[in-house]
Amino acid sequence: MRPILLSGHERALTQIKYNRDGDLLFSVSKDQQICVWFAHNGERLGTYHGHQGAIWTIDVDPTSTILASGSADNTIRLWEIKTGRLLKTWDFPTAVKRVEFSEDGSKLLGVTEKRMGHLGTIVVLDIKLDVDAEQSDEKAMTIVCEDSKATVAGWSYLSKYIIAGHEDGSVSQFDGKNGDLLYNIPIHELNQPITDLQWSHDRTYFITASKDKTSKLITAKDLEVLKTYPADTPLNSATITRKKDFVILGGGQAAMDVTTTSARQGKFEARFYHKIFESEIGRVRGHFGPLNTVAADPTGKSYASGGEDGYVRIHHFDKGYFDFMYEVERERQNKLNQQQQQTISA
Amino acid sequence: MAPSFDHLRDEDLDEDDFDVDEVDISDIREKYEVQLEQGYDAFVVVDGLPEVNEEQKPKLVKFLLKKLNTVGKTREDLIFMPMGEDGKSLRFAFVEYSSPAEAAAACRQLDLVPLDKKHTLRVNKLTDVDRYGREGRIDDEYTPPKIEEFQEKEHLRSFMADPSGRGRDQFVMFRGESVGVFWNNEKDTPENIVDRQHWTETFVQWSPLGTYLTSVHAQGVQLWGGPSWTRQRRFAHPFVNLVAFSPNEKYLVTWSNRPISIPEEGHPALSVEDDGKNYVIWDIETSKPLRSFAQLDTPAAAEGEAPKKAPKFPWPAFKWSADDKYVARLNPGQSISVYELPRMNLLDKTAIKIEGVVDFDWAPATVQRDGVKSYEQLFCFWTPEIGSNPARVGLMSIPSKQVVRSLNLFSVSDAKLHWQSEGAYLCVKVDRHSKSKKSQATTLEIFRVKEKGVPVEVVDTIKDTVINFAWEPKGDRFVIITTTEPVGATAVPPKTSVAFFCPEKAKGNAVGNFKHLRTLEKKNSNAIYWSPKGRFVVVATVANTQSSDLDFYDLDFEGEKPESDKDLTANLQLMNTADHYGVTDVEWDPSGRFVATWASAWKHSMENGYHLYDFKGEQLREEAIEKFKQFQWRPRPATLLSKEEQKAIRRNLREYSRIFEQEDAERISSADVAVVEARRRLLEEWFAWREAIRQEVAEEREIYGLPADPVADLIKAKTPELATDQEEQVIEEIMEEVLEETEEIVQ
Repeated sequence: MRPILLSGHERALTQIKYNRDGDLLFSVSKDQQICVWFAHNGERLGTYHGHQGAIWTIDVDPTSTILASGSADNTIRLWEIKTGRLLKTWDFPTAVKRVEFSEDGSKLLGVTEKRMGHLGTIVVLDIKLDVDAEQSDEKAMTIVCEDSKATVAGWSYLSKYIIAGHEDGSVSQFDGKNGDLLYNIPIHELNQPITDLQWSHDRTYFITASKDKTSKLITAKDLEVLKTYPADTPLNSATITRKKDFVILGGGQAAMDVTTTSARQGKFEARFYHKIFESEIGRVRGHFGPLNTVAADPTGKSYASGGEDGYVRIHHFDKGYFDFMYEVERERQNKLNQQQQQTISA
Repeated sequence: MAPSFDHLRDEDLDEDDFDVDEVDISDIREKYEVQLEQGYDAFVVVDGLPEVNEEQKPKLVKFLLKKLNTVGKTREDLIFMPMGEDGKSLRFAFVEYSSPAEAAAACRQLDLVPLDKKHTLRVNKLTDVDRYGREGRIDDEYTPPKIEEFQEKEHLRSFMADPSGRGRDQFVMFRGESVGVFWNNEKDTPENIVDRQHWTETFVQWSPLGTYLTSVHAQGVQLWGGPSWTRQRRFAHPFVNLVAFSPNEKYLVTWSNRPISIPEEGHPALSVEDDGKNYVIWDIETSKPLRSFAQLDTPAAAEGEAPKKAPKFPWPAFKWSADDKYVARLNPGQSISVYELPRMNLLDKTAIKIEGVVDFDWAPATVQRDGVKSYEQLFCFWTPEIGSNPARVGLMSIPSKQVVRSLNLFSVSDAKLHWQSEGAYLCVKVDRHSKSKKSQATTLEIFRVKEKGVPVEVVDTIKDTVINFAWEPKGDRFVIITTTEPVGATAVPPKTSVAFFCPEKAKGNAVGNFKHLRTLEKKNSNAIYWSPKGRFVVVATVANTQSSDLDFYDLDFEGEKPESDKDLTANLQLMNTADHYGVTDVEWDPSGRFVATWASAWKHSMENGYHLYDFKGEQLREEAIEKFKQFQWRPRPATLLSKEEQKAIRRNLREYSRIFEQEDAERISSADVAVVEARRRLLEEWFAWREAIRQEVAEEREIYGLPADPVADLIKAKTPELATDQEEQVIEEIMEEVLEETEEIVQ
C-alpha cells in the first residue's frame, strides 16, 4: 500500500472529503487554501481562492456540482466545483467550524463557534443545486446551543434529524425540520470534546471521535451506542469504510501537550478497527504530526488522511486488504454465495 | 462582665473576710496537683524471687545483681531484700538504679525473664506499684479476665492454591490511584482478584514470603492478606517513608525522614521513649514496637575537604541475618551494631568496632562452613585503605564475632559485596586505580565460603570498569556488564559489554575455577535479571531514552556446544531479543516462567504500561495503562517438598507436562470456540440490525413519497445536461489481471 503524498498545503490540514464518486478529494487547511485532487493519482486539479482566514471545514454536494466551505473569516462560501467560481458568501458573527450538505444536497448546515459573547449555533441554509441560481440570503433555521457548544454536526437519513457532537462530550439529536432538541445524551467522557462525526453511506448510523481516546458507533434514530473503539491517544477524526466492515481512526498527542514529541511517542498513526468486532486490525504510519482528519473513499478503494504536518496521504488498498476476512465473516460469505447459487440454479 | 478596677466594691478587696484554710479545694487539688518527682523513679520492684534465709541471701543478691546489671547500673547495697519474721525472705526485692531510664529499661527487658527453671522475674517500677497497687485501686475480688472466643482467621497462604488449578502466580499493579491484584493469565487479560481505589498513598510492597501486601500511609503501614484482603496488621509510624521486612516475615523496619513526635495525648502504639526516633523495629505477630532508633548523624566533612553532598540515607539501614535472629546497622567508618532478636539488645552490649568500615552484608542463607559445627551467621564487610594499612575485606561469624577470613587489598577505590543466593560464594567487586589514579580496573575476588579455609579466587582478566554484577541464583555462574569509561555525566551513555563467567568442569562435586565464557560487545545493556531458578538470564537496557533492549539468554542450551567451551559448565545461547520502549523495571515471576517489564510513571510519562514475556523472551502480552506506577509479582514461600520429592517430579516431568499440555490445549481451544461464538453472534446481530433499519428507512421514504435513492434522480438530471454540452465521449479502460503465471523451461 504505497501512499501518494499530497504536499499542496503549507499549514495543518483541517478537513478532507471525497466526493460521492470517490474520484475527487477536497482538502482544506489553515493556510486559507481549498485544494481539489484526483484521488487516483494525486494530481492537483485546482484551488479555490477567496477565504481570508483558516478554513475549518468543507463539503461537497452529492452531484459534485457545488462545494461549501466554512472558515475562520466568519463566512460560509459556495463554489462551483468545475470552474472555481465563488457563488455565494454568507457572513456570520463568529468562525464556522463545520458545514455539511443533506443527503439530497438541498440543505446545508453550518456550525458556528462560541466567541465574543455569541453562543455557538447550528444554522441551516436552503441550497439550490444550480450554479446559476440565486441562493437565498436568509437562514432557514438557527439552533442555539446554550449548554455546551456544538463542535460537529450532520444530517441524518431523510434529513430527519440533525445530530450534533458537543464540547462536553455529549451528542444531541435535533429535529431536522424545526430544530427542536429531541435528545442530549452524554456519550463520551465528560468535557472531552467530540472532534469528528462522520456518517455511514445511508446515514442511519455515524461514528464519533473524541479527545477521550475513544471512538463510538452510534445510531441516528435513538443515539444508541453500537460499538466502542478504544485507542491510546486523543482522537481527532474517524471514518467508516465501504466494502469492508472497518473503521479508521486518526489522532495523536498534540505537540503542545508533550515536552518532546517523537513520531513514536506521538502515535501519529491511522488505526484500522473491525467495525463489528471492535478489534484493532492494523496501523498505518507516515505522518509526523497528529492526524487531524481521515476520510474513506465512498467506493471503498482508498482512504486519505490529513495531518498537522501539512500533508495529505492517499492510500490505495491492495489485494491483501480486500482478501482479509475473519473466519466467521468468511463463513457467512460462503453461506451467502451458496444461497445465491441455489436461487440461480432454482 | 468581668469586674474592672473601677467597679470593684470594697468587699472584693477585703481579703480578711474569709479564711483561706477554710476553703475546700481538695477536689481541685486532686485534679490539678502536679505529680512531684518523688525520687522513686529509679527504683524497681523485683518479684518472683525464690525464698531464701539470711545465709543464702547474699548469694541470691549476687546472682540477681548479675542479671540486673545487664540493663543498667546498680550495686549490692542498693538492693534491699526485706526479710519476714520467720527469717525467710518475702520473695521480692527493691532495687535502685542509677537513673530512671535504666529502671525503665529493666522493666522492659527483665520482666518475665526466667531466673531459673522454677522462678520467673517480674520487674515493675516502684512508682507503678504505688500507682496501680494502692489500696482501692484493685478490686479485692478476683474477676477472671474475659477471654475472647477463638475466632478462626483466614488462611494467609490461600493464595498458593490457584482456583483454576494451574499454579498461576499473582501480581499487584498500582496504576493511577488504584491498586489491583491479579492472576497472571499469560496471553489473556489478567484475572482480577481485588481492586481498590486509594489503597495506598505512596507505594505497595509484598512481604518476602508473599503473605502480606503492604500499603503505606501518612499514619503508618498496613498489612493486608487472606482471601478477602482484610487488614491483618497495622503499624502506626507517622509519616513513614520506607518499609523493610526481615527475611522470614517476623519483623518489620519502618523509616521516616521526619523524627517521630509523640503528641501530648499519647500515641496508640509508640511511647514517649520513641520520640525523636526515625526507625522503628516492629514484631509483626503482635504488631508491637520492639525498639526505635534515631538516624545516625552524618559525620561532618573533614576540614579542608569540599563539603560533600548530603549522603543518601542507606536503605536498608538495618540488615537482617538469614534466620531473623540478628539485625545489624552500620555506623559508617566506625562500627557495626548487631542486635539480637526478639529482645533487640545489642549483642554483648557493644557495637563491633571496625575502623573505617564502609559497607557490610549478611550472608543471604545460613551457611554450613566446612568443619564448623556450631551455629553461626556470617556477614562480610570491607574497610578502605587508611594511612599505610591496606584495604581489607573480612568475613565475620556471629555470635562469636570472630573474623573467620580476611583479605588485604591495595589501591582500592571502591568495593561492592555480592553474595550468591545460598551464601556459597561471596564476590567482592574491587575497583582499583593505577598509581597515578588515572585509570580504573576491576578485579573480582571470589570467596568460596563453603570450602575448607574459605579459599579466595581472583578474576583479574577484566580490563574495563564493571558497572554491574549478578550471581546466578542457586548456581555458580555470573554475568557482568563492563564499560570502557567510568560512568559519568555524558549525553549518550558509553557502550557496554556483557560478559558471562562459569566454573570449569571439575572432578566429582567440586566446583572448578571461574573462567570467562563469552563477552558480547557494543551493547547498551545496564541491568542483569537472573531467573530466580537460575539458568535463564535477561540482560536489559533500562531507564534509557535511546535504547530499551531485552536479551534473553539460556546458559544450559541443549543444542550443540562450541568446541572452545567444552571444559566449561555452561552453553550460552541468545534465545530472543525483545524491545520494550521506555522500560524502567524488569521482574521475574517467582516460578521463573515469566518476565514482566514495565515503564513506570514514577520515572517518566512515556508509554506507561507493562509487557509480559515468557522465559524464552517471547512476548505474551502488552498493555498500555495511563499513570502505570508499579508492578510486583507476589513472592512464594519456599517449597515444602523434600529434595527427593523434587527429584521425583523432575524425573517424571514428561508425564506431568503431557497432562498439562493437554489441559492447556483444551482450555485454549475452548477459549477459541468461545471467541468465535461471540464473533458469530456479533456478526448476526449487526446484519439483523442493518436489515431492520434498511427496511424502516425504505418504508419511511415511501411514506414521504421520496425516491428510494435520494441522489439518483439528481444525477440523472445532471448527466443529460453534461451530455448535450459536448460530444459524447467513450472512455475505455482496459483492466488486465494476471490470474496465473507459469514458467516452463523448454529444452
